[in-house]
Amino acid sequence: MSFLKIKNLSVNYTMRREIIYAAKDINIEVKKGEILGLVGESGSGKSTVGNAIINLIDEPGKVSGGSILLGDIDIYKNPKNIVKYRGNKIGLIFQDPQTSLNPILTIGDQLIETIQTHLNINIIEAKKKAINLLKEVGIKDSENRFDNYPHQFSGGMRQRVVISLALCCEPELLIADEPTTALDVSIQSQILELIKKLTKERNLAVILITHDMGVIAETTDRVAVMKNGNLVEIGNTKEILTKPKEIYTKSLVSSVPPTNKKISRFVIVEKDNQKTIGNQNLKILNRWKKKEILNQDLVEVKNLFKTFDDNFFTESSKNSVMAVNDVSFKIKEGESFGLVGESGSGKSTIAKIIVNLYKPSSGDIYFDKVCINKIKNNSEMMKFRRQIQMIFQDPYSSLNGRLKVKDIISEPIKLHNPKINSIDLENYISDLLDSVELSKNSANRYPHEFSGGQRQRISIARALATQPRLLVCDEPTSALDVSIQAQILNLLKDLQEQLNLTILFISHDLPVVRQMCDRIGVLKNGKLCEISNSENLFENPSHDYTKELLRLMPKIETIYN
Amino acid sequence: MDNKILTIWDKIKDSDIFFSFKKSPTAVVSSIILLIIFFCSFFVELVTPYNPFDPSSLSLMDAFTPPSWTEDGIAKFILGTDGQGRDMLSTILYGSRISLIVGFSAIIFSLVLGVTLGLTAGYFGGKYEMIVMRFTDVQLTVPSILMALLVDGIARGIISRELHDEMAIYVLIFAIGISEWPQFARVSRAATLVEKNKDYVAASTIIGVSNLIIMFKHILPNIMRPVLVIGTIGLALAIIAESTLSFLGVGVPPTTPSLGTLIRLGNDFLFSGEWWITFFPAIFLVILAFSINLLGDWMRDTLNPKLKK
Repeated sequence: MSFLKIKNLSVNYTMRREIIYAAKDINIEVKKGEILGLVGESGSGKSTVGNAIINLIDEPGKVSGGSILLGDIDIYKNPKNIVKYRGNKIGLIFQDPQTSLNPILTIGDQLIETIQTHLNINIIEAKKKAINLLKEVGIKDSENRFDNYPHQFSGGMRQRVVISLALCCEPELLIADEPTTALDVSIQSQILELIKKLTKERNLAVILITHDMGVIAETTDRVAVMKNGNLVEIGNTKEILTKPKEIYTKSLVSSVPPTNKKISRFVIVEKDNQKTIGNQNLKILNRWKKKEILNQDLVEVKNLFKTFDDNFFTESSKNSVMAVNDVSFKIKEGESFGLVGESGSGKSTIAKIIVNLYKPSSGDIYFDKVCINKIKNNSEMMKFRRQIQMIFQDPYSSLNGRLKVKDIISEPIKLHNPKINSIDLENYISDLLDSVELSKNSANRYPHEFSGGQRQRISIARALATQPRLLVCDEPTSALDVSIQAQILNLLKDLQEQLNLTILFISHDLPVVRQMCDRIGVLKNGKLCEISNSENLFENPSHDYTKELLRLMPKIETIYN
Repeated sequence: MDNKILTIWDKIKDSDIFFSFKKSPTAVVSSIILLIIFFCSFFVELVTPYNPFDPSSLSLMDAFTPPSWTEDGIAKFILGTDGQGRDMLSTILYGSRISLIVGFSAIIFSLVLGVTLGLTAGYFGGKYEMIVMRFTDVQLTVPSILMALLVDGIARGIISRELHDEMAIYVLIFAIGISEWPQFARVSRAATLVEKNKDYVAASTIIGVSNLIIMFKHILPNIMRPVLVIGTIGLALAIIAESTLSFLGVGVPPTTPSLGTLIRLGNDFLFSGEWWITFFPAIFLVILAFSINLLGDWMRDTLNPKLKK
């Protein structure tokens, strides 16, 4: 007997120019004691369905059809029902634990307030109940932590508090909207375990909304795949992931980087054609002064330290934060070197020091045997600027929205080759756009006309314009959907192969790093734990922290066992 | 996308800003009023039949004619005349031209000064930023009228008496401009601090683009929205400041009266019953400043993504 029944649900947004269907004829059922995964890429309407259940759809959106049954009650029939059941029968967990708690109230106050709103009990009983809840979600010493403020908890602990808030009125349905996306891998697995445990113990019906196929594979019983507001496929998780029927689901599954082996390219499924061959002959090769790969080190990082001092008046080391702590590694020419770590591990700081955005506190960076962080002369520096380029994480802030694409790409060309004539410049720009698989007429458009993946391609074209030898990629795909990620990773691989690029690849995502890199360094709190060949690292990790990371990362392969 | 080449007008009609403009009656009404005022002030020779500064066209017989709808009014002087027989409406329009020129020039002066200082302070940071921003803090503690009076007083001391009337308008522009720039410096510094940490600035730095180009080609266009909003509201303030100074007698000389000068001149006749000589310039000033402020409010709401519904 299904507890939640969504029948022909449609949600639309009436915009200035058109009506957008965020969800169209969705039929989903969830039983008690079961976790249903709702998976899809950004804009697929997965959060819309979750919000429709609790009537949290923002203006100008509205539920235009269908019904939602909770048990036997149609919650949309009577507007009073929704208020009655939200919080009472339906619990909610949001993505960002930083913002879903009120920072000026203690967590105890927030729990008691919620409990007393829905249950008719006095404050002593409410407090007892709140402490029990905190214990249940795994907060140790909960009697004392009861009077703490949200900022005194870490991100993972805060998410536990949010879960206890969602549970405090004994809901029967729990909606978790990307509950672990803002958290590190190690904390993610704890939270998911907690949700699984609670589902069993309390016999909850759970809807887990996520974009992460690994999370789906490890946690859910059934899964619903959504795309552009439509339900593509729904069924048993194992069946959907191993034998997908629809093309879209197939492409989604094949885009997920496998954790247990290295593949040469991602298979892009497009209308039943399996595309594995990339852009084979790049036009920019004619201009490229291709370097012979000599088996030598291109980059050497020696005993790097970086401290951030946030005290303005004194330069005392007491308040300073050690972001990078004695890091040394070498990158061979033509190699892909990966740096992996959780947030705050200092991996982006190292990238910014290598591209000379930050100065190191001590230690040296050698590029082609020259110590580049001690160069004072500007024209000397320019020689290295053109050889080291970077691709950024956020495709929305890395392009200046006020410039056309051709102006963005021509800036580095003109700067390093001021004598270039306009016809040659135009050809060069179109060759660069071609090499990142964008059409020639993209040049005359503005960045906001492109999607995230396309913008990342423009970013790559800009980085290639100076014909660099080293490309620093700082989480280049973590803001992108998984199918777009596969395309961008394929592109980077092709470019590296044909242009003999050396790549420093920085990511928190272990499976991605495994696919991209020859050697990997693991960072924790600014310290390098181990450097190893990537196959070796994944098969026989030597450091405890690496073992822990590998054990906890969500694996889509678990479903096959 | 269709292949039709869009003209600039088509693009404007299609933009979200124009859409929100059409939906806001206050914005439409205030901009129509402003357009009329701007047109009549800058093309005043074409609009009015009288030139109040041509002595040969004046007749003292017409002096103190009340507005046309009152008992003694004459149809050809709609808003009446002043003590020298000048038509009030024409005088107001000539006066508002002076006020607008002073207002616009002062605000452009302070915008250029403030944005340059704020942008460089935000971008370079460190001691330079600290010095510039403490300087703006000090500047903000001095009331702008006091500042303007100070500048005017110093100018009177330096500039010879013959030149003074000629130079008065420039002194006024400088005096108002110098007291308004801290607003621009603060806003543009704050916006620069946000923009300079975005990746597109880092990308340009890595490419090797010079600081000057990064600041003025990349960051400046991205911080212009808030600057334009306070610029609009600042325009109203500048016009009011001009009128205040002229009313106090330290603004433009009576030979080329601005709105403030007209109000001051009319003030002398207020208690002898000729109320229209001071009333109409004052009302005109209120409508002008009010319309600019309404338009500025609408701009602030539209250009601020945080307030979007």
